[in-house]
Amino acid sequence: MKTRRIDNYGKINRDKILSFRWDKKNYKGFEGDTLASALLANNIGIVGRSFKYHRPRGIFSSGVEESGALVTIGSKDRRDPNVRATTQELYNGLEASGQNAFPNVNFDLAGINNYLGRFFAAGFYYKTFIGIPPLEWGKGTAIWMFFEKFIRKAAGMGSASGLPDPDTYEHAHDFCDLIVVGSGPAGVAAAIEAAEKKLDVILVEQDSLIGGNQLAENDFDNSQIKNQLENLGIKIMTRTTAFGLYDNCVVGLLERVTDHISAPNVNMPRQRFWTIRAKHIIVGAGAIERHIAFNNNDIPGVMTVNASKHYLNRYGVLTGKRIVIATNNDSVYETANQLSEAGANVTVLDSRTNLEIETNKSFEIRKGYVPYNINGSKKIDSLDISKSETINKSETINCDQVLLSGGWSPAVHLLSHRGVKPKWDYNNACFLPSDTKENITIVGSSRGLWNKNDCIASGIAGTTDALNRLGLSKTNYFFPKPGGWKNPIQPLYEVKYKKSRSKSFVDYQHDVTTDDVRLAHREGFISVEHLKRYTTLGMANDQGKMGNIIGLSLMAELLNKEIPEVGTTVFRPPYTPVSIGALSGRNVGKHFRPLRVTPMHQWNIDHGAKMIEVGLYQRPWYYPKENETLSDSYIREASTVRKTVGICDVTSLGKIAIQGPGSTEFLNRIYSNGFSKLQVGKARYGIMLRDDGIVMDDGTSWRLAENEYFMTTSTGEAAKVMSWLEELLQTRWTDLNVNVTSVSEQWAGVSVAGPKSREVLNNCVDDSMVITNNNLPFMGVTSTFLKGNIPCRIARISFSGELAFEVYVKSDFANTMMDLLWENAKKYDGCLYGLEALGALRVEKGHVTAAELDGRVTIDDAGLSKMASTKKSYIGSAMRKRGVLKNNDREILVGFFPTNLKETFNAGTIVCEKNNIKGQGIGRITSVTYSPELGHWIGLGFVKGGLDKWKDTNLVGADPVRNKQMNLKVVSPHMIDPKGERMYA
Amino acid sequence: MIRINCPYCGERDHSEFSYGGDATINYPSLDASEKEWTEAIFFRKNIKGFQFETWHHSNGCRMWLVVERSTITHEIKSVKPCHPDLQKVVKNNK
Ligand SMILES: [Zn+2]
Repeated sequence: MKTRRIDNYGKINRDKILSFRWDKKNYKGFEGDTLASALLANNIGIVGRSFKYHRPRGIFSSGVEESGALVTIGSKDRRDPNVRATTQELYNGLEASGQNAFPNVNFDLAGINNYLGRFFAAGFYYKTFIGIPPLEWGKGTAIWMFFEKFIRKAAGMGSASGLPDPDTYEHAHDFCDLIVVGSGPAGVAAAIEAAEKKLDVILVEQDSLIGGNQLAENDFDNSQIKNQLENLGIKIMTRTTAFGLYDNCVVGLLERVTDHISAPNVNMPRQRFWTIRAKHIIVGAGAIERHIAFNNNDIPGVMTVNASKHYLNRYGVLTGKRIVIATNNDSVYETANQLSEAGANVTVLDSRTNLEIETNKSFEIRKGYVPYNINGSKKIDSLDISKSETINKSETINCDQVLLSGGWSPAVHLLSHRGVKPKWDYNNACFLPSDTKENITIVGSSRGLWNKNDCIASGIAGTTDALNRLGLSKTNYFFPKPGGWKNPIQPLYEVKYKKSRSKSFVDYQHDVTTDDVRLAHREGFISVEHLKRYTTLGMANDQGKMGNIIGLSLMAELLNKEIPEVGTTVFRPPYTPVSIGALSGRNVGKHFRPLRVTPMHQWNIDHGAKMIEVGLYQRPWYYPKENETLSDSYIREASTVRKTVGICDVTSLGKIAIQGPGSTEFLNRIYSNGFSKLQVGKARYGIMLRDDGIVMDDGTSWRLAENEYFMTTSTGEAAKVMSWLEELLQTRWTDLNVNVTSVSEQWAGVSVAGPKSREVLNNCVDDSMVITNNNLPFMGVTSTFLKGNIPCRIARISFSGELAFEVYVKSDFANTMMDLLWENAKKYDGCLYGLEALGALRVEKGHVTAAELDGRVTIDDAGLSKMASTKKSYIGSAMRKRGVLKNNDREILVGFFPTNLKETFNAGTIVCEKNNIKGQGIGRITSVTYSPELGHWIGLGFVKGGLDKWKDTNLVGADPVRNKQMNLKVVSPHMIDPKGERMYA
Repeated sequence: MIRINCPYCGERDHSEFSYGGDATINYPSLDASEKEWTEAIFFRKNIKGFQFETWHHSNGCRMWLVVERSTITHEIKSVKPCHPDLQKVVKNNK
């Protein structure tokens, strides 16, 4: 195979040869190549198959706008699909393959889709599946499922590896006075001017080299510029894309740290996600050359003119031998000169009839001519051309390449992120950025300046604008006028040739044709946003960088309007795709969220605890002995608590110190039950409602002194309750003298529960008199000492329904407390118990937790009506009986038994009437456990109308997710010791 | 992205704060009617432009703040403590 690389051209390092693999074959390139330039040099024309029609596609561009050469890089867990070959730097050992083709891009079986085009036209999905789910459930599901597989396989791009990403990504932040996006002549001029005026400047460039489109020039050398920038202290960030602008001058950057290295240091992140806060932003993001729509304008060998110049002068690759350039503007002539000097046979078709152009006369210019059809399928054989006024067969030119330039679109994307709509410029046939009040200035060809000197002048003016807006100067400045070509551009978006049935592409990447746009118009999708969604024009990952304007112009023509009347779609971040890995950064796996452990975490593990996550907390789940399973273990633990004694770490409960003369009044307002008469030395269980009358949380508050309380909250709601109390005190009840302090981490707590709990504690406290039934009755609180002079708080509180105590010590004493309690509990054949046993014990008692109090439940629903005081007003009291909350068919807390006591059930089971098993049924099971006390499975949950309505009825538990169904009966939620005699013992 | 100038801590990133809600509501007394409470907690203006809203410096000094913010541009015009006594302290320190 012959190489297209030519001598004496390009800035690649020919001394450094790199090997790479493309579609399982070995090739060679040079240091400085992109994958695209190396493929072109190796004469590889077809690099992919198109999205819907599986047409062979080549390389269209040399940059981020690429919509043909999307390839898969790497293999196994490092397989990265949809990478633009035009921006992927070549490295030694790079592995790449074409996409969307089977068996390969040269011979693709699904190429037949090309001939079934009418089935794949715009709106295909919508029309084909009307009348199928979700509109008609039950009928067509299978049909959709059947077709979907094929459609998804037939239309699409590369596929992800499906394996965990082995690379690491970083998040980083930086600040500066001025960030300049783009290192073309305008951006560099702006950065230098700003640095000379003592601003702290960051210059961002998505390419590996600075220079912008100057890199396509044959005599450009960036080393001097680079030195100058560095000497001025400018921070240069190459391989870094400014993917989005956000409010308050925030710029999102994606830095590709190792994507160009064959064996990166394992300590380096693959990519870095930057949040830059600047005082001013200058955008010199350049402009993107458009193609022209005409028949078969996607055959491999079609490219933008500027791309061909890039490949010649930067990479030393002459992309064609017999080249036809089709244009409507002046920008192509320098390229035409250079291509012909490099040895290509060049013909320029210029749609304009009147123009003055100086050239080296080594190529032919056909004024007033346009291309209308390419002949060929996997490569270009020839081009049919015609006079531009009426498209008629006039001539066919044999050629192997067609270069297109339908004009240039300034990259207004970043400004569009800020909601600034661009304005249409008739003279230059492009959208130009509008002014914004934000500290953002656009410079260079992004504001429609087509020559270098104007770009440089605009860069300096841009910095002056920045200095003025920052209040650092008051200098007059002006921006050069848009334009800069000798002959005016003549709009040319599509060459229509009605006799042909070939496809004429607007959006290469999503296979949107001119006919699709016309179809959308016929079917009434005439707003730009509708057009976009119906045809998917501009919705591929290039976001229509090349094709959007062509689509707009076609719609404008159909509507008999001008382009600005049709509008433009809003570009949203990111400018180019950002990997999910970079977005998540280090917040993956164990680092996904912070981990909280209790002070006796290690003690628990050392004593055999298996841990489980509850919110952010790691809590003991169960303490298996030898070969015990989870269920063996928790059943033993729960039984032991009921028989003798158990110890459970409850440190994760939220703990709040409430202090000050207004404390009692405060609690009385936030809890639904009365607190005004709670004596010092007593605790009370309380329920908090939200403003809207729904239960927020429950917990206990202990009155330690006249003006001091110790509040506990549930583990999951601790932070929310704390913020809520602060909000009330700082915004609503600012006259209440109360201080709240989170002391969750200052205190370590355990529950000592079971008939032998007092005996265990007797051996642990300094003075056993303080915990006698008289001195510490049910709900009594005392501050005393554990042996060893350890200050502690003890409250007689029971969640398990047994005689029980909660003991709190300062966190530093946690391990000492555990040692002391455990040593004594063992004497009574006690156990350590975890969350699973705790759950079993509380479900047996009908105590609710977060599974029941899910933010939809009222006090009455939870069966706790007696907790709602009628003697006072409190948060939620006005609203708890509003509207639907007073309906008498609300779901009320009940207990459930399986009718056949040998059966089991799961939380999430839907409760239904026997002959009406569907939908949401009449209730749900929220918590289940095996009850060691009762010897069978039990559940807590809700049912419409509650126990009274259903106590003698056989109901059905439907669990379609797990394919289960069982008969149920409804019982009182207080399934054991309903009178609470054990707690009072 | 928003930065809020906390009167106690100084200018900090929005990630240190939690959004509260409408700062202009006068919550009725606890014994007020269901109707008054319904007005206070369910009916909100959908303001285009500057609005007063509460923010909690939850990963900072824990102060509740009244922030005057544009719902269009996120521009923040003023920040002050919710608690009137704290407002006085801040004013006197300036
Ligand atoms: Zn603060």
